[in-house]
Amino acid sequence: MKVRAQFALVFNLDKCIGCHTCSVTCKNVWTNRKGMEYAWWNNVESKPGIGFPKQWENQDKWKGGWKVENGKLELKGGGRASKLLNIFANPDMPEIDDYYEPFTYNYAHLQSAKLSEAAPTARPLSQITGETMDKITWGPNWEDHLAGEFAARAVDKNFDGIQKQMYSEFKNTFQTYLPRMCNHCLNPACVAACPSGSLYKREEDGIVLVDQDKCRSWRMCVSACPYKKIFYNWESGKAEKCIGCYPRVESGMPTLCSESCVGRIRYNGVMLYDADRIAEYAATPNDKDMYQAQMNIFLDPNDPEVVAAAREEGIPESWIEAAQKSPIWKMAMEWKIALPMHPEFRTLPMVWYVPPLSPVQSQIDQGNLPTGPDGAIPLREAMRTPVRYLANLLTAGDEQPVIEALNKLIAMRSYQRSVHVEGKAEMAALDAVGLSEEQAKDMYKLLAIADYADRFVIPTNHGETRMEDPYGFQGQNGFTFGNDSSTGISLVSLFPERRKETAEPKTQPETADKPYF
Amino acid sequence: MDYLNTLAFAVYPYLAGAVFLIGSWARFDSEQYTWKADSSQLMSNRNMRLASNLFHIGIIGIFLGHLVGLLMPFAFWHMIELSSLGKQYIAMYGGGFLGILCLIGGVMLWWRRVTHPRVRAAGRSSDLFILSWILVTLLFGLATTFTTAHHASQGSADTMMTLAQWAKSIVLFHPQPELVAKTELVFRLHLFFGMSLFLLFPFTRLVHIWSLPLGYLGRAYQIVRTKRRVMVR
Repeated sequence: MKVRAQFALVFNLDKCIGCHTCSVTCKNVWTNRKGMEYAWWNNVESKPGIGFPKQWENQDKWKGGWKVENGKLELKGGGRASKLLNIFANPDMPEIDDYYEPFTYNYAHLQSAKLSEAAPTARPLSQITGETMDKITWGPNWEDHLAGEFAARAVDKNFDGIQKQMYSEFKNTFQTYLPRMCNHCLNPACVAACPSGSLYKREEDGIVLVDQDKCRSWRMCVSACPYKKIFYNWESGKAEKCIGCYPRVESGMPTLCSESCVGRIRYNGVMLYDADRIAEYAATPNDKDMYQAQMNIFLDPNDPEVVAAAREEGIPESWIEAAQKSPIWKMAMEWKIALPMHPEFRTLPMVWYVPPLSPVQSQIDQGNLPTGPDGAIPLREAMRTPVRYLANLLTAGDEQPVIEALNKLIAMRSYQRSVHVEGKAEMAALDAVGLSEEQAKDMYKLLAIADYADRFVIPTNHGETRMEDPYGFQGQNGFTFGNDSSTGISLVSLFPERRKETAEPKTQPETADKPYF
Repeated sequence: MDYLNTLAFAVYPYLAGAVFLIGSWARFDSEQYTWKADSSQLMSNRNMRLASNLFHIGIIGIFLGHLVGLLMPFAFWHMIELSSLGKQYIAMYGGGFLGILCLIGGVMLWWRRVTHPRVRAAGRSSDLFILSWILVTLLFGLATTFTTAHHASQGSADTMMTLAQWAKSIVLFHPQPELVAKTELVFRLHLFFGMSLFLLFPFTRLVHIWSLPLGYLGRAYQIVRTKRRVMVR
C-alpha cells in the first residue's frame, strides 16, 4: 500500500443553474492571453449536446483515454512507438474549428464611423487573424439551452443505447448542465502520452501540470486526453491546461471556479488512495465495473492502518485530518451520491458529479406525475432525464448506481419535507434507501445549505516541509512563461519573443476630446 | 577569389558549427520556453499528415545519407567492395528519391504557410524564412544530382570523392578549401546554403531536432514529481 493524497472535486449537478460564472472567472484569470482565446479550462455544456470541442466524448473519433488489450492497459491512440511514428503529424489532433474560431467585435467602429442614416454595427473579428469574419458559426457554448435542431445534438455519445427519437418531441425534451474542467486524473492519459515528459502529477496533491519549459509542442497530450481538457496555445506552441488553481489551493483556498460558483455546487476536498493499485484498477476488464474500481482505489481515512501508512509516506497531519472531514469522501464513498464522469475512459478522473433530479413542478401540482407517499416529490421513474442517459455519462452505462443516488437525493428531500411541512419526521423514505436520520441531516447540510466551510475542506500545502531553502524560493512567482522570474533577464533577445497582445481592431477609436461633427 | 574560397570553405564551416553548438546551448540554457517544434497543426489539419510526413522523412533520410556518404572512411567502402561509382549511383538515386519526397512535402508546407490565413497569422516570419532556406538548399542539392549524373555517365566519381575528402578535412580540423574550389558552382552554392542552416539553426524552430524524444520509448507512462528533498537555488 502506497498512500497518496489527491485534491478532488464534486459538482452537484442538481443545483447547477448554468450561469457560466465558473467559466468566466477562470477565463479572466488564466486564459485571456494571446493563443488561448479559444481555450476554456472550465466550461459549462448544455446536455444533450456534442459539447466543447465538438463530440469530445466520442473516443471512436478522438482516440482519447485508455483501452484494455489482452488484459493490459494501453493508450487508446497507440503506445509509445506509435506516438513517435506519428510525431510529425498527429492523426487524432483536433483543429481550431472543432473548438471554435475565437472572435471579438470591431467596437472601435461604433465610435469612429461617419455620420450615416443607419446605425453603425460592430462586425466580428477573428482573434487569430484579426480579419473580419463573415459569420460566426460556432462558439464555446453554441448549444446553450438546447439551441439548434435535435438531429445535431442527438449525435451526443450519451444517447448510446437509447431510443432517442422520442426526445426530439418538445413534450419529452430534457436538459441538464454539465460544468467541466480538468479531472486531475489518477491515471492521466495526457501524462502518459507526452513524449518529452513535460506533463506530470504532483505527488503532494495530485494536481496535473505541464512543465512549460519542457513542453516541445509534440501535441500528443491534446488528443490523448479523453476529456479534451489540454489546450494547445498556438502562440507559445506549448500545451496548457487547468492548473487546479494550485497557487490558491496551496494556501488553503478553493479553486476560482469553486469559489465563484453562485449555486454553491462545487466541493473541494482531499481523498487518500492507494497509488500501488492504479494500474490494476485502471485495467479492469469490463467498462461497467470501472465505477466500482474507482471506489476500490480510495482508502478509508478513518482506518488506523491507512492513517499509519499515510504518516509513513510523509503525508502531513493536517492532510490526514482534511481527508477524514472530506466532503468528497462523504458524497462519493459514504452516501454514494457522487459519481465519476465517463469512468470507461480509464483515467480515474477526480472530479465527481452528483446526478441531477429533474422534477417538473407544474406537472406535479396538476397531479400528472406519479409521486412518492408524501404526494409532493415525484418518483425517480417520472423524472424527465432518462436514467440511461445519466448512466452513460457517469457510470459507463450501469444504471443501478445512478438510480440509487437519485433515490437517496429524493429520500433526503422527502424527509426534510416531512420535518418542515408536516412538522413530523417521516422515516419511511429514508429507510427505503438505507439512510439514517443522521446521514440525511448531514446530507441536507452539505447539499442544501452548503456552507463555505463545509464545501471547502482544503489543507494548506506545507511547502515548508518540502523545501530546503524557503528563503531562496520567496519572490518567485508560481505560473510563469519561461524565465520571467529569474534575475538578470535581458530586454534584447536573439531568440523568438512572445507576442503579448491578442488580435485587436486595426482601426482605433478617435480620442474623446476630438469633436465628432 | 582564393580569399573568398578560404573564407567560405575553411572558415565558414567552423563559424557555422560554433554558432550551431554554442547558440543551441545558450538558447537551451536561457530560453527553454522558446524551445519547441512550434506545430501549427491546430490551425489547419488539411493535408498535414501527407505534407509533414513526406517532408520529415525526406529530410531525415537526406541528413543521414549525407552523414554516411561524406564522413564514412573510404576504407569502409573498400571493405564492403563498393566502388566509388557504385556509391555515386546510390547517392544519386537514393538522395534524389528522398529529395523529391522532401521537396513535395516541403512545398506543400510552404504553400500552406503562405496561403492559409490562420497558419500565416499564427506563424512567425522566421518560420517561413527557414522553410524557404531549406527548400532553396534542397533545390541546389537536387540540381547537383544532374551534374553528378553527367559525371557518372563519363565514368567519373572524382567530384563526389573530392567533396567527401573536403568534408573529412573539415571534421578532422585540417581544412582543404582548395578541394572545393575546382567543383562546379552548384556544388559550392549547395554547400554554402547547407552550412548556413547550421548557422541559422539556434535562432529558429529547428532546435526541436535536438529534442527527438527517444527516451520516451523506455519511460514509464506516469510521471509523478515530488517536491521533497529539492534544493532551491
